[in-house]
Amino acid sequence: MPEKREKLVEVQNLTVTFGPRRRAFKAVDDVSFDIYKGETFGLVGESGSGKTTIGRAIIRVNPVAGGVVKYRGEVISGRVSRETDQRVIRNIQMVFQDPISSLNERAKVDYIVSEGLASIHKHMPEAERKERVAKALQDVGLLPEFASRFPHEFSGGQRQRIGIARALIMEPEFVIADEPISALDVSIRAQVLNLMSALQKERGLTYLFIAHDLSVVRFISDRIAVIYQGKLMELADSEQLFAHPLHPYTRALLSAIPMPDPVTERKKKLLVYDPAQNKYPANDPPLWEELEPGHFVRGSQREMDEYRKMLL
Amino acid sequence: MKENVILSFEDLDIRFSLRGQVLNAIRGVSLDVYRGESLAIVGESGSGKSVFTKSAIGLLDANGTIAGGHIWYNDKDLVTFRTEKEWLTIRGKEIAMVMQDPMTSLNPLIPVGDQILEAVVLHQGLRGAAAKRAAVEALRAVGIQEPERRYKQYPHEFSGGMRQRVVIAIAIACRPKILICDEPTTALDVTIQAQILDLIKELQQKLELTTIYITHDLGVVANVADRIAVMYAGDFVEVGRCEEVFYDPRHPYTWALLSSLPQLGVKGENLYSIRGTPPNLFYAVKGDAFAPRNPWALKIDYLKRPPYFQVSETHKARTWLLDPRAPKVDPPEHIRQLREKGGGRYA
Repeated sequence: MPEKREKLVEVQNLTVTFGPRRRAFKAVDDVSFDIYKGETFGLVGESGSGKTTIGRAIIRVNPVAGGVVKYRGEVISGRVSRETDQRVIRNIQMVFQDPISSLNERAKVDYIVSEGLASIHKHMPEAERKERVAKALQDVGLLPEFASRFPHEFSGGQRQRIGIARALIMEPEFVIADEPISALDVSIRAQVLNLMSALQKERGLTYLFIAHDLSVVRFISDRIAVIYQGKLMELADSEQLFAHPLHPYTRALLSAIPMPDPVTERKKKLLVYDPAQNKYPANDPPLWEELEPGHFVRGSQREMDEYRKMLL
Repeated sequence: MKENVILSFEDLDIRFSLRGQVLNAIRGVSLDVYRGESLAIVGESGSGKSVFTKSAIGLLDANGTIAGGHIWYNDKDLVTFRTEKEWLTIRGKEIAMVMQDPMTSLNPLIPVGDQILEAVVLHQGLRGAAAKRAAVEALRAVGIQEPERRYKQYPHEFSGGMRQRVVIAIAIACRPKILICDEPTTALDVTIQAQILDLIKELQQKLELTTIYITHDLGVVANVADRIAVMYAGDFVEVGRCEEVFYDPRHPYTWALLSSLPQLGVKGENLYSIRGTPPNLFYAVKGDAFAPRNPWALKIDYLKRPPYFQVSETHKARTWLLDPRAPKVDPPEHIRQLREKGGGRYA
């Protein structure tokens, strides 16, 4: 069935580099994946793995050094027309990690939430703008009166809701959520996750959910891609990934999930991933193969054989 | 003080004055910390868990005062301490603390080795080459490779996890009896988090430390804690051994904390989330502080503060639901599953 599903975002051989060309650092190295309409695509990796850079490359914040990003079949990376740029701004929105530093502390909520509107609807009447702000706030479970307050008057969870309202007022189709709950308390995390899934059901949103915590990503994502040092290691349906993790890095990540269960926790063996175990000679680059439907993994021919055995 | 108790909080009251108002951050709290144990204090941000432990090393903010109660350590009442000189006999030397963010607890302008050296000189009384050797050993003890080379490096040359290891090295270089870890892994990745927790656990056994973890995430402490104390609005609502709190929690707030963990969530269903917000501690709390957010609240919860009901010798909870006269309530689904996991041994 995946063939029938509509591809909303296609990332093809994406490479993003930082620094001068001669000593460029590849933050994202030849990454390809598709995101289908209406799904939640989880991108998991540790800090410095390049997961945020991928999100920022899709939304055109970081320029790409190689490869393309397509949105509804149209290339949106590199030089694009002004109309395409506007369309990207409107349809793709981002929710950030830290609700304290991502909101302008000197602006009122009213301004923060509607700032995006001003760039695409230059002549929107004040009354309509106010109405849209009030609606956006209500949609994320805040009171319309909050529009006249400043960010510091809110708790962490409320601030993250403001961040979500700011993204939703643009009526996007695709939302990139970059560690939206990492900075929040456990009890507030649940609220924000519930809100995100409710909004997805109501509006048919598509999410790219970026996080370092596999247990959270499993809960919200339909499919998960695991990234390490700028390269995709494994990609699969969430349950598939948890049932048959193939790549040693994925297995290390899984072993690190803290479980609220003292007995199993004490018996648990923590796996530490050593990148030296997956070194490939320059003349024999690793493959990216689909070993069961929808389950991709990176490795040499010999490793593929091992992985295939693990699936039996 | 009992023989095996190393640190004892007795009816502790801590107040802060803010803009002319008084905030009751800690409301008459008692807790014994046993020698050699690992205790986890769990609660939401603002519940008072950090304030509570900071009071034991004299690091309350200037507008905070201990308004009542005692903190006993080695037959000394720390509440009576007034001068910095007195506190320096305890802070670092006896009770050391590892803070949440390794970025801000290290000085970015000083090589990490020299920062450890400072603690070694001050607390172990070593000088010169011997002091330097001890500092290198401290780096090795926290699992930093090539400590001689890393000694001269600055904090920005270390990754987040390595920086936290340096902070731990500084803390243990003082040879403390008690190590307080305030959200030691919140700023770190999951894989690094597991490694740091393993390290602290290993050091605890090797150095016979008593450790106190402070965290908002119950999921993290199942592996490391012997006992768990759940804090809500400046009071411990449930205290028990790790297995007792995970497999047989009794306070509705503990139920809520456990149920909201995404690890226990079922995909496609909503996660349990606690409605409402914690009480405003500028006002006196009447009855059970959790009552307004508690779907199982009884009438008496709004009127009278519940006492501790003993569930077992080591397990107690502050909820009227445990009163013999209270109606029997069924805990949420997730909690019943946890009970089954525990094999009903603790129920």
